[in-house]
Amino acid sequence: MRLPCPYCGERDSREFTYRGDATLTRPAVESEMADYVYQRDNPLGWHKEYWLHTVCRTWLAVERDTRTHALGPVSIARCERVGS
Amino acid sequence: MRYSLASVLLNAVSGQSRWSPAWRSPEPAAHYDVVIVGGGGHGLATAHYLAKHHNVGRIAVLEKGYVGSGNVGRNTTIIRSNYLLPGNTAFYELSLKLWEGLEQDINFNAMVSQRGVLNLCHTDGQRDAYVRRGNAMRLNGVDAELLDADQVRAFVPFFNFDNARFPIKGGLLQKRGGTVRHDAVAWGYARAADRRGVDIIQHCEVTGLRIDKGVVTGVETTKGFIGAGKVALAGAGHSSRLAAMAGMRLPIESHVLQAFVSEALKPMIDTVVTFGAGHFYVSQSDKGGLVFGGDIDGYNSYAQRGNLPVVEDVMESAMALWPALGRVRLLRSWGGVMDMSMDGSPIIDKMPVDNLYLNAGWCYGGFKATPGSGFCFAHLIATDQPHAVADRLRLDRFAHGALIDEKGVGAQPNLH
Amino acid sequence: MSGFRLARGGRVDRSARLDFSFDGQRLQGFAGDSLASALLANGVDLVGRSFKYHRPRGLFGAGAEEPNALVTLGTGDRTEPNIRATTVELSAQLQATSQNRWPSLSFDMMGINNVLSDVLAAGFYYKTFMWPAALWEKLYEPLIRRAAGLGKAANLPDPDRYEQANLFCDLLVIGSGPAGLNAALAAGRAGARVIVCEDDFVFGGRLVSEQYEIGKAPASQWLAACLAELAALPSVRMMARATVFGVYDTGNYGVVQRLVPEGVVPEPLHARQCLWRIVARQSLLASGAIERPMVFAGNDRPGVMLGSAVRTYLNRYGVAAGKSLVVHCSHDEGWTTAFEARAAGIEACVVETRDTVHADLIAKAHQLAVRVVLGGRIIATSGSQGLTRVTIETDRYQEHIECDGVAVSNGWNPTLHLTCHHNNKPVWDGRRDCFVPQHLPPGMRIAGAVTGAFSLKEALAQGWHEGAAAAEDCGFTAGAFEARPCSDDPQEGRSVWSVAGKGKAFIDLQHDVTSDDVALAHREGYRSVEHLKRYTTLGMGTDQGKTSNVTGLAVMAGLCGTSIAEVGTTVFRPPYTPVAIGALAGAHRDGHFRPTRLSAAHQWAVEQGAVFVETGLWLRAQYFPQTGETHWRETVDREVLAVRSGVGLCDVSTLGKIEVQGRDAAAFLDFVYSNLISTLPVGRTRYGLMLREDGFVMDDGTVARLGEQHFLVSTTTAQAVLVMNHLDFCHQVHHPEWDVRMVSVTERWTQLAIAGPQSRALLQRALGQAVDLSDESMPYLACRELTLAEGLTARLFRVSFSGELAYELAVPADFGDAVVWHLAQVGRDFGLTPYGTEAMGVMRIEKGHVAGNELNGTTTARDLGLEKMMSRKKDFIGRVMALRPALVADDRPQLVGFRPVDPDARITAGAHFLPLGKPATIDHDQGYMTSVAYSPHCGCLIGLGLLQHGPQRIGEQVRAYDALRGLDTVVDIVSPVFVDPKGERLHG
Repeated sequence: MRLPCPYCGERDSREFTYRGDATLTRPAVESEMADYVYQRDNPLGWHKEYWLHTVCRTWLAVERDTRTHALGPVSIARCERVGS
Repeated sequence: MRYSLASVLLNAVSGQSRWSPAWRSPEPAAHYDVVIVGGGGHGLATAHYLAKHHNVGRIAVLEKGYVGSGNVGRNTTIIRSNYLLPGNTAFYELSLKLWEGLEQDINFNAMVSQRGVLNLCHTDGQRDAYVRRGNAMRLNGVDAELLDADQVRAFVPFFNFDNARFPIKGGLLQKRGGTVRHDAVAWGYARAADRRGVDIIQHCEVTGLRIDKGVVTGVETTKGFIGAGKVALAGAGHSSRLAAMAGMRLPIESHVLQAFVSEALKPMIDTVVTFGAGHFYVSQSDKGGLVFGGDIDGYNSYAQRGNLPVVEDVMESAMALWPALGRVRLLRSWGGVMDMSMDGSPIIDKMPVDNLYLNAGWCYGGFKATPGSGFCFAHLIATDQPHAVADRLRLDRFAHGALIDEKGVGAQPNLH
Repeated sequence: MSGFRLARGGRVDRSARLDFSFDGQRLQGFAGDSLASALLANGVDLVGRSFKYHRPRGLFGAGAEEPNALVTLGTGDRTEPNIRATTVELSAQLQATSQNRWPSLSFDMMGINNVLSDVLAAGFYYKTFMWPAALWEKLYEPLIRRAAGLGKAANLPDPDRYEQANLFCDLLVIGSGPAGLNAALAAGRAGARVIVCEDDFVFGGRLVSEQYEIGKAPASQWLAACLAELAALPSVRMMARATVFGVYDTGNYGVVQRLVPEGVVPEPLHARQCLWRIVARQSLLASGAIERPMVFAGNDRPGVMLGSAVRTYLNRYGVAAGKSLVVHCSHDEGWTTAFEARAAGIEACVVETRDTVHADLIAKAHQLAVRVVLGGRIIATSGSQGLTRVTIETDRYQEHIECDGVAVSNGWNPTLHLTCHHNNKPVWDGRRDCFVPQHLPPGMRIAGAVTGAFSLKEALAQGWHEGAAAAEDCGFTAGAFEARPCSDDPQEGRSVWSVAGKGKAFIDLQHDVTSDDVALAHREGYRSVEHLKRYTTLGMGTDQGKTSNVTGLAVMAGLCGTSIAEVGTTVFRPPYTPVAIGALAGAHRDGHFRPTRLSAAHQWAVEQGAVFVETGLWLRAQYFPQTGETHWRETVDREVLAVRSGVGLCDVSTLGKIEVQGRDAAAFLDFVYSNLISTLPVGRTRYGLMLREDGFVMDDGTVARLGEQHFLVSTTTAQAVLVMNHLDFCHQVHHPEWDVRMVSVTERWTQLAIAGPQSRALLQRALGQAVDLSDESMPYLACRELTLAEGLTARLFRVSFSGELAYELAVPADFGDAVVWHLAQVGRDFGLTPYGTEAMGVMRIEKGHVAGNELNGTTTARDLGLEKMMSRKKDFIGRVMALRPALVADDRPQLVGFRPVDPDARITAGAHFLPLGKPATIDHDQGYMTSVAYSPHCGCLIGLGLLQHGPQRIGEQVRAYDALRGLDTVVDIVSPVFVDPKGERLHG
């Protein structure tokens, strides 16, 4: 599988490290922390997920279809968070 | 017809004409006392033990594909109970004991072969961890032996002992571990459950749960609505989707695990071995194929297929451990979708919806658990109380912190 | 002996004779032969034994589909079992051996299975061998295992080399038949980067096996011109002997190329095979089709062969499959076989299942003196191990026909395996009478016979159009297609799935699955295609059912009374044909399995005689034995005592080092560490504890504040990569608004621990008097940047893992070697002792410092006695989750020290703690020993461990129970700090 890094272009998945659901936000409220750490939507279909491009050290938010592994939009996690 | 040498011989002289279907293909009834969702190993085992040990009335197993089309038919067939932590060891030991008497129980030869499972260690720290685990097993009454490097060499002399990047320092051996013919488990449980009156309904996909005032009353399926007194979910790989029908999220991600088999060869190895310096394990089937497994691909996936990096990784480990495999050829690879739970251990529990039960989160270890899982899930469904050996496999352990994390990698499913 | 070499014809080089052997018999073939064609030319009928019944088997196909002719190539450590003779390029001195027989191929004792075949029907083993249970492992299973399996592997290390490499292209063409070549031409001429992968050792596909014409000339002329042009196009790469075995995500293809023919020893240092990972923007599958056999009684007898294979042997190799051939067919193709055979001087008779065929065929048969039986079928074959006669039947009569070969033609199955690798199922095309691809993997196109279009004309046209379209999709402009007249016309036929007769009619020749077995599966309810496959093992052989799958499920459809379309098909999985594990592993074996990381001071350690140990990818000095020391413990004791009484030197470069800078660096470190970092003064170092978000300890290390906005973080060796990823995540995802930047500098610095009472004196001399090492200037936990001689930047930390007065000196890695030698030189006067990870481990246990065995991912700060490091003044990663009820429960095991009551007694890491006088059961398990070392200071083994209520039980005793080693030792529960509990030595 090849993933497009916005900085480096399309690269082999060996250059990346996976880190799961990118729709979660670390909660400010303590009672929500367990859900944040453990509960997942785990969708069949499009999934927004974190991948670290270990070469340029950029955490990406990648949209990918869990049925087909087709790729959708890829964004830089840092920019997305600051923007939101 | 009961399976026996006599019935095989009788059919040999009568053109195999006296056999009948291994299980019926009934149309679904309007209502069952228990509906089990998922006709894989766990669902069918649950049906068998429910029908055998508990008086719960009419039981149906609903399977969206064919019997055994899930992970029971796409794994590396290993059974063992070499677990470390309370909550796991006793549960898997119950399962192993059930394997030991399975074929006589279900009158189906699943080729349970206790040829031993050997975990290799390559560092002192790894050996210390295995010693801790082996002692936990012994305290649980489970067999475990510590081998030093020479003993391992005597056991599997063809491994790479002299030129290895990560030398083998020893291993933890469970002699009672081994392998089972995976498809036969599904078919054998299906046939045994069918004989006890369970309706096994293939090609019947559950599309929704009917829940009335917090009580489940039945399932919507591709064959129409089926009423149910109790609904038990055993759809590993797709547990999150089933739970979503009840409006719940689970501490589970679905991941793909690839497995591999070589061409059939005359016997080369008569035990199951796991490599400790990479993700790799190997055994040889009765048919002669070497069966290999490795790490999950590592990203959420419901596709029953993986990618080349893991193929290479597994084969690199294979060559590192056993350099004779260079000229052995890979015949087939396939992928299964795993319920990877957040602590690497399974869940057998009631759901917040009444009369709804969950069996999920088996990670890549569900096959060996099949009998134990069915036995304990049946107990839970019938009595509303967890079975004693499964009483830690609870949904609320994540919120409470009572995790069962054998690998110690935390809430990151792709690392378990 | 039925096959023979014709006087002329074929594409073999008759001037180049090659000697080879089969089962020790010396034989000759020609360059350009396959092993199979050479065997056939030598009249070898019997090439193997079937998997289950051990029936004699001969060549059936001429390519990758071959189910029967599996041989073992080579001897000794180059033994390679299960090789299809049909795909092996004949080479000089090739040694082939038959397999799965004993004592010999012609007389196989296991042939007894054939006699018992009524008992050994599909799935018989599921129904018996259950009583008594104990006999399964002892008797039944060993017997089954010995009988099963095909070839025998040598089980010796593979002496050959393999490579892995990457290639990139616009268009990957899979298959070099007419469709593939025309596609390559269209795209190549347009300038696209094209790779053509051909499984065979020659290019051309069916063009080299058929008597085709293109442009009113033999197709070989077109082929030669086409290959010459492709060879001249700079952007085209032609790869023969290259099997595309798998289609993976986003245009990744797995390809194995045989760099030497199978059975040939590569030149020294050259690789035998290469795994190419090809990344292609587009691909074109032009893999052709595989002919479908007929299922009739006795159809497995040597001499029964696919019609297409008969033509391949005839046209490509100049070999006749027999002197007298019966063609059993349901398609016009069979007639072509008969005509071509007849033209080569072979007797031929067509037994056609259809009642009527095109009049031209009848006329041509008449003209060539080919006998024709319409509406006929073979109902039996006879011969001892070969074929001498067939019995045919029509609606009117039965007849025996003498023959030594049968060619079967029953239509084609498109070779669509690669289209299934993304789980797409092919669909049944009733008009074309075959499964065809429906959905394709992204970026894949198909052309030629794989689409179900079986004519040469269509192949050429589709190939061009798809090649051109692929090039256009990649931004190139392709030329227009120029049609040329071609020889063949669409072939007609009507497939026949099984022919009634007496005796076993085989569907899967390799696994001995008969039509009766399919009927049995049907009777027992194993009717879905997957159940059929798994229950009967149909299609699970080394050929993966290339000639049997479709027929098997067609027979099942017939039994179920449904259509083939409704029954459907199984999905093909990678690899397309079996792939050597060595090729997939490449160079990653033995010492090269994984990279080896060496510190800059490694050579120094080597020269000090160090014994090294694998620590992740690093090699670290474990201990430094001296002459006369007979046991590692003796060495380690000496090293420990030297540090505690004098001074020692240890390379700690492998620890992770991360620079953290920025206005918000302090706030960031407060967030990722459980203890406060922001209060750390510049020039000081602090121990830091990092938790995972789930509240368990992730890692520990030190944080040095080099400037107001400049920190240096250290991690454990094991967690260095994970911690770096985690820190980047915490910054970029949780707090991207913070002004902080970080980078791993682990490899950039060589870091040396100088520990012991003499360390200050040694360093003073080594660094010079200009550096003030006094307690006032450089107290415990101070850190400082230094400029050494000739402008060399260094960092000095007064930190200690050993508990002694100690420093760590970091210098840029380029100078690591020079600096360690300098320290060693200066250290001579101080008796400087190099020490390794073992001595370090002993000293940290003596000091009660936690390390990998305690930081095992399931321990909390509280478990480890580090609760004080959980700041209450701030939020940090893991804070909330660490406070969950089960994690603060009273009975969670906590860290304490242990020493055996009998100082000579043995204790071990991994032992569990049991109360005195209680049985050894899990109910009494109270924790476990994490680390054990022999302490020269204490004069006995000491341990750290996690024990329920441990800190409150100091002074009590428990049993350290290690059943695996037969140990059960009473130990005193003690403080985890065994040496210098007040920490006076630290302060020198």
